Amino acid sequence: MIEINDINFAYNRNSKNILENISFDIQKNRCIAILGNNGAGKSTLLKCIDRICPVQKGVVFLDKENVFTMSNNVIAQNIAYVPQHNRAISMTVFDMILLGRKPYIKWDATTEDRQIVCDIMHRMKLDDFALRNVSELSGGEMQRVMLARALAQEPKLLMLDEPTSNLDLHNQHEVLQIVKNIALEHNTCVTIVIHDLNLAIRYCDRFIFLKDSQIYSYGGIETMTPENIEAVYRIHVHIIECMGVPVIVPFPDEKVEFDGAGAEAKEPLNES
Amino acid sequence: MADNRITQLQLYNAFLRRKRLVLIIAILATVLTALFAIGAGSLNIPLSEVVKVLFGQGSDLSQMVVMNIRLPRVLAAILVGAVLAVSGAVMQCVLRNPLASPSTLGVSHGAAFGAALGIIVFGGGVVNTSSAATAITIDNPYIVTLCAFLCGSLSTAVVILLSRVKRDLGPAGLILAGVALSSLFAGGTTLLQYFADETKISTVVFWTFGNMGAAGWTELLILAVVFVAAMVYFLLNRWNYNAMVSGADTAQSLGVNTRSVMLISMCIGTLAAAVAVSFVGIISFVGLVAPHIMRRFVGNDYRYLIPCSAVAGALLLILADTFGRLVIAPVILPIGAITSFLGAPLFLFLLFKGLKTND
Repeated sequence: MIEINDINFAYNRNSKNILENISFDIQKNRCIAILGNNGAGKSTLLKCIDRICPVQKGVVFLDKENVFTMSNNVIAQNIAYVPQHNRAISMTVFDMILLGRKPYIKWDATTEDRQIVCDIMHRMKLDDFALRNVSELSGGEMQRVMLARALAQEPKLLMLDEPTSNLDLHNQHEVLQIVKNIALEHNTCVTIVIHDLNLAIRYCDRFIFLKDSQIYSYGGIETMTPENIEAVYRIHVHIIECMGVPVIVPFPDEKVEFDGAGAEAKEPLNES
Repeated sequence: MADNRITQLQLYNAFLRRKRLVLIIAILATVLTALFAIGAGSLNIPLSEVVKVLFGQGSDLSQMVVMNIRLPRVLAAILVGAVLAVSGAVMQCVLRNPLASPSTLGVSHGAAFGAALGIIVFGGGVVNTSSAATAITIDNPYIVTLCAFLCGSLSTAVVILLSRVKRDLGPAGLILAGVALSSLFAGGTTLLQYFADETKISTVVFWTFGNMGAAGWTELLILAVVFVAAMVYFLLNRWNYNAMVSGADTAQSLGVNTRSVMLISMCIGTLAAAVAVSFVGIISFVGLVAPHIMRRFVGNDYRYLIPCSAVAGALLLILADTFGRLVIAPVILPIGAITSFLGAPLFLFLLFKGLKTND
């Protein structure tokens, strides 16, 4: 289980806090969606948990152990993070996934490490890609490779930053289904930063709304209300049900406040 | 399906064997070229005689020429080429810039300024300028080498200082600092030359041409120690470099302390290059070109790119030096010019064929 306790983060000592008093916990086998408008601090939160961004205050406990006192390699053995932008580098798919074994490698990759990579490639349907160059892959294939690399770390917490942002409809669902299966089959906590609320509803079971550097709301599907969505995204929405699944339908023409910048809402709407 | 997985593993293992083969071929080519280079010159020594001399046999004349002149020269080319190339390969990774090389941080200009300082100000001057450029000698090589090394490695101090003052300094910041330093040193050299007499200016210019014959056995020993030390650190970090190729955030999430790896690699790279350059003068292009040539064969995999770059650098510099010695013998063409002449077209060719960079 992961416990995030009172995290505060600012890029400089004198600048405004990007994250303020963020506390929540993640149970095993759960898929958590981190939601919020652009600039709300979603990606920064993931980086803080993985100690990529050093926090000013707060701790993260992983099975009651303080993550921030662990060595870099031990963190990497427990937490895997897939950034939003992955560089299309000149490296084979096998080598890229093998990088996920780096936290375990002493001098060189063992046969066991390579075998793990083969197993993961097979599970992610990347069998025929072993010697393909990462820079030649399509968006969906690339995302699967990045997920495979993260899986090779055998993490307890898997964090994905907008994994569906560049994918077509089919790949969006395929990638998120893989992620959901990972959470269930590997006893892993999964945290996803995602913009598409309908995808979030479909594949995640807990939802964190970030607003003005703080958690606006955290909970299960019951938090996915038009009020919460309007307060965070400043857009009027309806939630309808289609074949038993709630579907969020935005109505941007109704009572939208534009503040020019579009990044942060000055006041939430009072729409009901 | 299990068969499919075994096939993938076999394919990958065969892929790695190909990379090892590239390394072995490069090493063999370097050894053969080195033997040829030792034999070639105004006194032509056959290959068999060269091998005999290396095993402590052969005629006195061959022994004298090989052990005192040719072997140190070829070893200097091997060590300097390897040091510059391996530093270039690592810098291209940590600075995430395909144009990075030891001179990016101002090592070359710094060393040239240092040499000018040693020759003009501290009187490491000249004794004989009566005839051709070959007659120009530096009568106090140690002061010149020391000044060249100190000024060449100043960039290392600047890297450390900048990282202390500005903690979020990224790769781009370091490259810009290198450009600024280079320009500062170039200006300093011009000023020194402006106030110096003609003889001293010729000596400074001659030093910047580069001369593989300048390194004796003591210098070679120092160079070998520096090379081994740098290689050990670079090879220990080869997985870190592979992770850093895929971006800073990814590398950090894989447990790499990107900041410290970048700073220590830069410091070791620039210091090693400064040692090499201070002994033999300015050698351009090897640090830039050798890693790019080997990237075409082994890709961005630093497990193989580091040793392959070292071998390619050594091979390039032996070829350049031997070419410079033989083409219009007995005149020895300046090695700095040869490396640029060979390197620039090669680099343009690679550019047109599609440069394999970190990106």
